[in-house]
Amino acid sequence: MRITCPFCGERELGEFTYLGDAKPQRPAADAGEDAVYDYVYLRDNIAGLMSEHWYHGGGCRAWLKVTRNTLTHEISAVEPAAGAGAAKVGA
Amino acid sequence: MRGNQANRLTNGGLIDRSAPLNFRFDGKTFSGFKGDTLASALVANGVKLVGRSFKYHRPRGILTAGSEEPNALVELRSGARREPNTKATTAELYEGLEAASQNRWPSLNFDVMAVNQLFAPIFVAGFYYKTFMWPAKFWESIYEPAIRRAAGLGRAAQVPDPDHYDKAWAHCDVVIAGSGPAGLAAALAAGRSGARVILCEEDFVLGGRLLADGGTIDGLPATEWVARALAELTAMPDVRIMTRTTLFGVYDGGTYGAIERVNDHLPVPPEHQVRQRLWRIVAKRCVVAAGAIERPIVFAGNDTPGVMMASAMRSYINRYAATPARRVALFTNNEDGWRTVETALGAGLQIAAVIDARAEVSPAHRSLASKNGFTVLNGSVNGVDGGKNGMRKISVSLTGGARAEVEADGLAVSGGWNPAVGLTSYHRGRPKWRDDIAAFVPDGAPPGVAAAGAANAAFGLGACLREGFEAGAAAARDAGRSGSTGLMPVADDEAFSLTPLWHVTGEGKAFVDQQHDVTASDVELAQREGFQSVEHLKRYTTLGMATDQGKTSNVAGLAIMAAVSGKSIPETGTTIYRPPYVPVAIGAFAGRHRDENFHATRLTPSHHWAAEQGAVFVDTGLWKRAQWYPRAGEKDWLESVTREVKAVRGGVGFCDVSTLGKIDVHGPDAGAFLDRVYINAFSSLAVGKARYGLMLREDGIVYDDGTTSRLAEDHYFLTTTTAKAGLVMQHLEFCRQVLFPDLDVQLTSVSDQWAQFSIAGPKTRDLLREIVDPAEDLSNEGFPFMGAREVKLRGGMKARLFRISFSGEMAFEISVPARYGEALVRNLMIAGKPFGVTPYGTEALGVMRIEKGHVAGPELNGTTTAADLGLGKMMSTKKDFIGRVMAGREALVAPNRQVVVGIKPTDKARRLRSGAHIIPKGETPGPDNDRGYVTSVCFSPVLDQWIGLGLVERGRERIGEIVRAHDPLRGEDYDVELCNSVFYDPDGGRQRG
Ligand SMILES: [Zn+2]
Repeated sequence: MRITCPFCGERELGEFTYLGDAKPQRPAADAGEDAVYDYVYLRDNIAGLMSEHWYHGGGCRAWLKVTRNTLTHEISAVEPAAGAGAAKVGA
Repeated sequence: MRGNQANRLTNGGLIDRSAPLNFRFDGKTFSGFKGDTLASALVANGVKLVGRSFKYHRPRGILTAGSEEPNALVELRSGARREPNTKATTAELYEGLEAASQNRWPSLNFDVMAVNQLFAPIFVAGFYYKTFMWPAKFWESIYEPAIRRAAGLGRAAQVPDPDHYDKAWAHCDVVIAGSGPAGLAAALAAGRSGARVILCEEDFVLGGRLLADGGTIDGLPATEWVARALAELTAMPDVRIMTRTTLFGVYDGGTYGAIERVNDHLPVPPEHQVRQRLWRIVAKRCVVAAGAIERPIVFAGNDTPGVMMASAMRSYINRYAATPARRVALFTNNEDGWRTVETALGAGLQIAAVIDARAEVSPAHRSLASKNGFTVLNGSVNGVDGGKNGMRKISVSLTGGARAEVEADGLAVSGGWNPAVGLTSYHRGRPKWRDDIAAFVPDGAPPGVAAAGAANAAFGLGACLREGFEAGAAAARDAGRSGSTGLMPVADDEAFSLTPLWHVTGEGKAFVDQQHDVTASDVELAQREGFQSVEHLKRYTTLGMATDQGKTSNVAGLAIMAAVSGKSIPETGTTIYRPPYVPVAIGAFAGRHRDENFHATRLTPSHHWAAEQGAVFVDTGLWKRAQWYPRAGEKDWLESVTREVKAVRGGVGFCDVSTLGKIDVHGPDAGAFLDRVYINAFSSLAVGKARYGLMLREDGIVYDDGTTSRLAEDHYFLTTTTAKAGLVMQHLEFCRQVLFPDLDVQLTSVSDQWAQFSIAGPKTRDLLREIVDPAEDLSNEGFPFMGAREVKLRGGMKARLFRISFSGEMAFEISVPARYGEALVRNLMIAGKPFGVTPYGTEALGVMRIEKGHVAGPELNGTTTAADLGLGKMMSTKKDFIGRVMAGREALVAPNRQVVVGIKPTDKARRLRSGAHIIPKGETPGPDNDRGYVTSVCFSPVLDQWIGLGLVERGRERIGEIVRAHDPLRGEDYDVELCNSVFYDPDGGRQRG
């Protein structure tokens, strides 16, 4: 598999580390235990298009949001994981 | 058996008669020529029997002339280089080659295990599953060893491989698998377009079937055309031709696996060269021109030496000028098989008969028969008479019911052609069935891959060239290359007609999978026993599961399955195709990563110095760390470690702690950031101070710990444990980039930039004053406990000093740029001499941390909370941080959790062992009464006894209680006292002094 890092270009899988579902958002400090529980434990496991967090540890150390088809491994989009924070990577 | 190449033709072939090569097979010496394979040289020498079969030890000969070979497997080379299950049909002959037949004892000619044939009923389909199931204890002692002796292939070398293997990357526009007419045409079109091309050919010469079947291309004889194409391709700077290289896998994102047999054609690789190289090729497009595989027809005795694929017979005669038989019969169900007749006649061989299963045979063939005096029989071969010395005659069941017998010493068989659909069917692709050629053909392909030529069921020479050329041009275009492709090579198309025929019923064993000894009746039995899915059929009968992956057997197996189940072949379907297309040595996948290069090795800045001191090293992750420094006369590690601990506690010692992860945290929000990742506050930490910090995972469990210092208002220096250095960096980057992008903070990994040493003991200041500039105030007032700042060393160099202590002694950690680490150590030794300075290793470090009750890896084990570790009070209630909410869950704050506590045997002479379970006195050991376990132990020189830490239920409430340490693994059970985990200097006076 190859991932095109927005900062480094196309690189092979071995440079990246997989984390998982990128959809859950960390709840605000006062959101309560149920919200945090959902955030920590409830993850989708989709057969198809999935938005995932990947870490380019063998390159620029950016966290990326990768849109991948889990059935075909086809990657349709790669972007920095979060707007402001990630935009500073490589800046 | 005759030697001296009695079966070699005097003329023709692509062998070099001026370069004779001697070789040995089963101890006998033979000769062949350069350009031979081991199989062709054996054919030339009249050797028909080359091995014994897997289960029944039946005599077997050579079936094919390529990498699909199921039978002619040998042990190649000897000693450490012995390579089992090597296909004689692809092993290139070299001077001095040594090969031995497999699975026979004591000799190939007389094999006692051939009695297995008498026990054939027990080796039927599924015998692994239904035989020998009871009694179970017999399996290991009796059945398995017996089966292993009786059934099998070659023997591994049993000693380390002395050769080297490499792994390499290559990038190109178009990679092409196969250099037959389609592959060469594709390479010409793509190369002329300006594409960067890699052409992989598993053979040692280009040409594919052209080498055996000839033909006329662009008015030239095929071999001349191949030479011209090769010259043109070689002249192109961006075309790389890789012979002896098999493209074996298609992976995601346009990555392809290929194995290059760099030096397999030599007895020993030349100095500094590898035997094989594993390539990962990244290509924008791939053209699969892997050709097709001629398929056998299943009939009784079809495994008798002398029965050979028709196309293989043409290969041996035309390419290698070696005749597999004198009197040849042909059994075919298609037009292509007849070429073998022309080839055999051209070589001066007799044709015994042609048995054609088709209803119609063309007038041209009939007149060829009458001209050359052989008969054409309408019917099928249903038996072969012969054995280890080859075949003598065949019996034929004629259309209409009559029988005939034909005397022949060779039988060429052609059941039609199967496109090599392996590469195009990876990624769970399923080929589709085509009735007109009775074969599975590619139905689409992985992204970027296209099949051309015979691999795409275009069997005519003209069609191969056309498809290959168009596929090459399209691939180059898709890769953005737009040069002129020039003229397409042209040839005529041959007619192809076929009547499907898979299995002829008859008396005796009819083999579907010759390598795994799976017969037609095994397939039928499996179907009767309910294994109706092809995936079940495969596993139950092991059909297609041998090293050849069923290249000559799978489709016939499906066809027989379909016939007995009353379904069509496409309804029956295929199993899933998986790489590698040919066997690839594990050594090639390992490459250079073996022995001491299995993984990278990280050396601490003091490593070379420590090695000079005779230090014993321990692997911690990739690091080599000094574990202890033995001295002459010390009888064991314990004596050395105890000396080191005493030297520190009584004087001064130092230890390399550079392996800790080190991260610079910069920015106006650095403090706020640390507040969110640690359970305790860091924004409140004063500049010039250090603080111990604890991180949780978001689920509330402890993740890592370490000391973080504030070197400036907007600059913190964070340390992690050695084990988690990389992971904590990754975690912090996640927090920074994904969770808290609003914070203005930057992280830099500086683990490799700083050499860091702990200097500990009451004489630490005395030693440091020799190293540090006298103007620096190291007094308790000028540099108090948990102080952290930059200092100047004598000579002017800058260093960082941290007044932190892991040992419980008065201690500093000093860090200097990594390249000065060794010099610092050598200076510490010189300056420390008057104070008896003693280097100590990780064992002494561990002893002192246990004496002080500090937690480490065994306690930070992924199940413990801050409170479990006795650090619950650090948890801030004034801020949010990672893990805060989940740490408050009921079970994580339950009063009966196992918490860290000190443990010491009541008998001071007893050795405490980690892993021992804590059982209350008077209770029966077992899961119900298990109250925890011992996590860390050491011999404490201070207390003069073994002590430890443990995780014990309600441990802190039970201090003073006597419990049992129960150790079923070592068969020990003894009394221990639960005690305060801080064994040494509990009020901490020494480290603050
Ligand atoms: Zn990157």
